[in-house]
This record gives sequence, C-alpha cells and structure tokens, in this order.
Amino acid sequence: MTPAELLWDPFFSFGFMRRALAGTLALALGCAPIGVFLLLKRMTLMGDALAHAILPGAAAGFLLAGLSLPAMSLGGLLAGLTVALAAGGISRTGLLREETGLTVFYLISLAGGVLLVSLRGGGVDLLHVLFGSVLALDDTALLTLAGVATLTLPLLALIFRPLVLECLDPDYLRLASGGHARYHLTFLALVVLNLVAGFQALGTLMAVGLMMLPAACARLWTRTLGPMIAVAIGVALLSGYAGLLLSYHAALPAGPAIIFAAGALLLLSLPVAALRRR
Amino acid sequence: MAGGLVGDPGVTPLVSWERLTLGYGTTPVLKAAHGGLVAGSLTAVVGPNGAGKSTLLKALVGLLRPLAGRIDWHGIRRQQLGWLPQQAALQFDFPITVAELASLGRWRRTGLWGALGGCGQQAVAAALAQVGLTALAQQEVVTLSGGQRQRLLFARLLLEEAPVLLLDEPFAALDSSTAADLLALLMQLHREGRTIIAVLHDLELVRSHFPETLLVADRQLLHGPTAQLLAPAALPMRAVQ
Repeated sequence: MTPAELLWDPFFSFGFMRRALAGTLALALGCAPIGVFLLLKRMTLMGDALAHAILPGAAAGFLLAGLSLPAMSLGGLLAGLTVALAAGGISRTGLLREETGLTVFYLISLAGGVLLVSLRGGGVDLLHVLFGSVLALDDTALLTLAGVATLTLPLLALIFRPLVLECLDPDYLRLASGGHARYHLTFLALVVLNLVAGFQALGTLMAVGLMMLPAACARLWTRTLGPMIAVAIGVALLSGYAGLLLSYHAALPAGPAIIFAAGALLLLSLPVAALRRR
Repeated sequence: MAGGLVGDPGVTPLVSWERLTLGYGTTPVLKAAHGGLVAGSLTAVVGPNGAGKSTLLKALVGLLRPLAGRIDWHGIRRQQLGWLPQQAALQFDFPITVAELASLGRWRRTGLWGALGGCGQQAVAAALAQVGLTALAQQEVVTLSGGQRQRLLFARLLLEEAPVLLLDEPFAALDSSTAADLLALLMQLHREGRTIIAVLHDLELVRSHFPETLLVADRQLLHGPTAQLLAPAALPMRAVQ
C-alpha cells in the first residue's frame, strides 16, 4: 500500500468518509477553543458533566420524533442548559458545591437518558446516542456542525476579553463590567451547543473528548493563549483525520477512534513537554 | 488630605454606611455599623483574622451585597473605584504576560472590547516602570515571585487611574524592600489626592503612615484617628493581635 493509498484513498473513494471528515473538521474548529477555556477556567468536570447531561434531552427528542437530528439536538440543548443552570443555582444555595451538583445532575441525567432510550429503542439506538455515528452524517447533520462552528468562533471572539478576565480574576470582571453572569452564560451556552453538535458525530459519551484532549495537549506545548488555541485546533483537526483513517483501515468504530487518536497525541506530548521544562 | 471625620460639622462623606450588616450566608461578621469616610482620606482597616476586614472592603467595592443596611458612594460610581485584591484571588497560572495583565487596568478607557492603542501601550510601559517590572514585561505571570506579582497588581491599579483605591492586604508576605517600594508608591498616590482604604496587619505601619483607622472586631466597626484608636492604652489587644 502506497502512502497516498493509506492517507488519501479512503476520502477520495467514499463519500461517507468525506462527509465524516468535513463534519469532524467543523466540530474541531468550535470544540477546541471551547476546551481551552474550560481547561483554563478549571471547568473540565463541567464539560464532562454537560456532555452526559444532554442525553435525556436527546433521548426525549428521540422518543418523540425518532432519529430526528433537530428534535434530538433541541432536546439536548434544553437539557444541557437546564443542568448547567441548576448546578450553578444549587451551588449558590450553599447546600452543595458546584462540582458536586454537576456530578449529581449528570449521573441522574445519564441514568434517565438511558432509561428513556430503552423505553422505545433497542441496543442499536442506545449505541447511536452514546457513541454517535460520524460515518452516517447526512446534510442536516453536516449543516448543524458547520453552523455551530460558524456561530462559535465569532461569539468566542466577541467575549474573548471578558472570558480571559473571568478565568484570571473573576472579581475584577464583575467590577469592570458590572456583572459577569452574561459572559459566563454565553460561554456555557456555547459549551452545550458544541456538545449537542458533537453528540451526533461522536455520541454523548465521546463528544467532550474533542474539547478536552486537544486543549490539554496544547497546554503541554505552549504557555501563551493564542498559540494554545491554535495548537488545540490543530490537534483536534489531526485527531479527526487520523481517527477516521484508523477507523477505516482497522475496521474500528469511528467516534472512539477519533478520541483515541486525540488521546494518543496527548500521551505522546507528555515526554516532549517534560523535556522542554527541564 | 482628609478634611475631618464623617460626623464632624460641615464634613461631607465620600462614602457612608448605615445599619450595615455584612456576612456570608446568614452569619454576620459585622452588625449594624454606621459611619463613613471623606474624600482624600488615608484609612487603614485593621482587626483580627476573620473579623471581617476583607468582607468590609468587598462590600465597599461592591463585590459583596450587605445582609442589611446600605453603603452609599456620593458623587462617584462604583465602577470608578480602583481595586487591588489579595493575590489568592487571581489565577496566576493563566497564560498571560506581565504587560497583558497590567493592561487590563485600562478597561475604563478601552472598555471590554476596545484596542489598547499607542497611548495605552505607553501608559502600560510607564506603569510597569513605576513598579520596577519593565524588564519582565513580556514574561509569563506564572514565572513571577510573590513580590513581583504584587508589583504587577500595583501596576494594574495605577493604570485604572481611579480616584479611590481599595487595597486588600497590599503588603502581605512581601520582603521588606518590595513592601517599602510599594508603600512609597501608595503614599505618593495619596499625595496626588486619591482616597485610599487598605486592609493591613502591621499596626506599626498603620500608626506611622495611616492617619485614620477602621477597626473591625467583635462584629463592631470603630472609626477614628489612628493615634486615638490604636493608642496602646485604648487598643483591645486580644481582639486585634
């Protein structure tokens, strides 16, 4: 097998592979910068919890409309935002810390979502929701992924400075802006939106992988914010491409292969980062 | 300079508080305090650990809502207050350079979206020079020592160009040289006409440099001339030390 056959043929020969690549690349563009800010805000648990939290909403959409992307996405979006706000609300009461609230809500959400899917669907449907189907992206799904990336990047640019201030010195942002809730909520909405986009391709359990693993990898390579976002996007794009190739040549499920590729890039970066710090 | 204490005849307060109760949850650390400060005053906030010094400062700057009562700033908006937090409030491992962090102090001029511009960059360079951080301008903040971080927070404070400065433990855990430099800078800012309110632990420093004191102890807030309030005979030692 020539290098060209190994690296390009799957995408030249098969439309579903090209669509998967386009979808994954769109997802990478939105998810990776979001992941960098989640990491810097020390909210990695939040990303994971919200990824699980969209499951019951997506499942409710599935129950009502079958495997309809708009219905499942809308349900996921509502469920994700509800859990994000509820966890924040519970932490403000002082009864539970926010991370505990998130853990509680996402476990309830995950259990509830699986139960909902089981009411109507079988094991195959459940696997589709949990692990996605990046090799079966239709036009609606592709447009959703591209639309979310198109919305995410300018919105992130718009709230970039408040977001930096919120990570660095949240009290200072409150003084400078007279309140930081709107920026926090905009950011949370972007997290949920990207997770909802991601769940169609990678499933609810894997969607957060394309946010956090490239961001963690980028943190190992650079200590400045701009390059960190650029490296995270690069790693996410490379993971999508490499994961799809791995999936094709080794006949493995595509979603986990993409996340595995991102994880491998992170693990390979660890010794390099250790050497650079000496 | 201060033209007397609030409550003296003819003295108009810059900030006043009435029936002020502060705390977290339902537990008050300060109950039903009355008082105020005049423009141009130089005031130390002292008291034992946990008495509510930082709580009072946060309430004054607007970061904490009173449990009861009210705080009124007269002729000044809360957004015109300059704020220097404790270092622990900042995430210093955030990937940002010294010059970038200092430049955030220009938010009153740039807004949250505007560009810094040539004038802004000159102001940042001047502020960094004033605190002795010019050589470290492009360095990541994570690499700074505690003293350098405090100098950087002072640079950000300078760039706010605020008429009223509230500082939470500005000289805590600093070496003597850094503390002396920053104290001199603070005194200069006061001579230029700024009102200064600072939480401090070092009573000798308070006695020697701060004419007014707010003493927080036993859920009460006492206000008066430092010489009177912190006189050895009058000082409730077990409460303050």
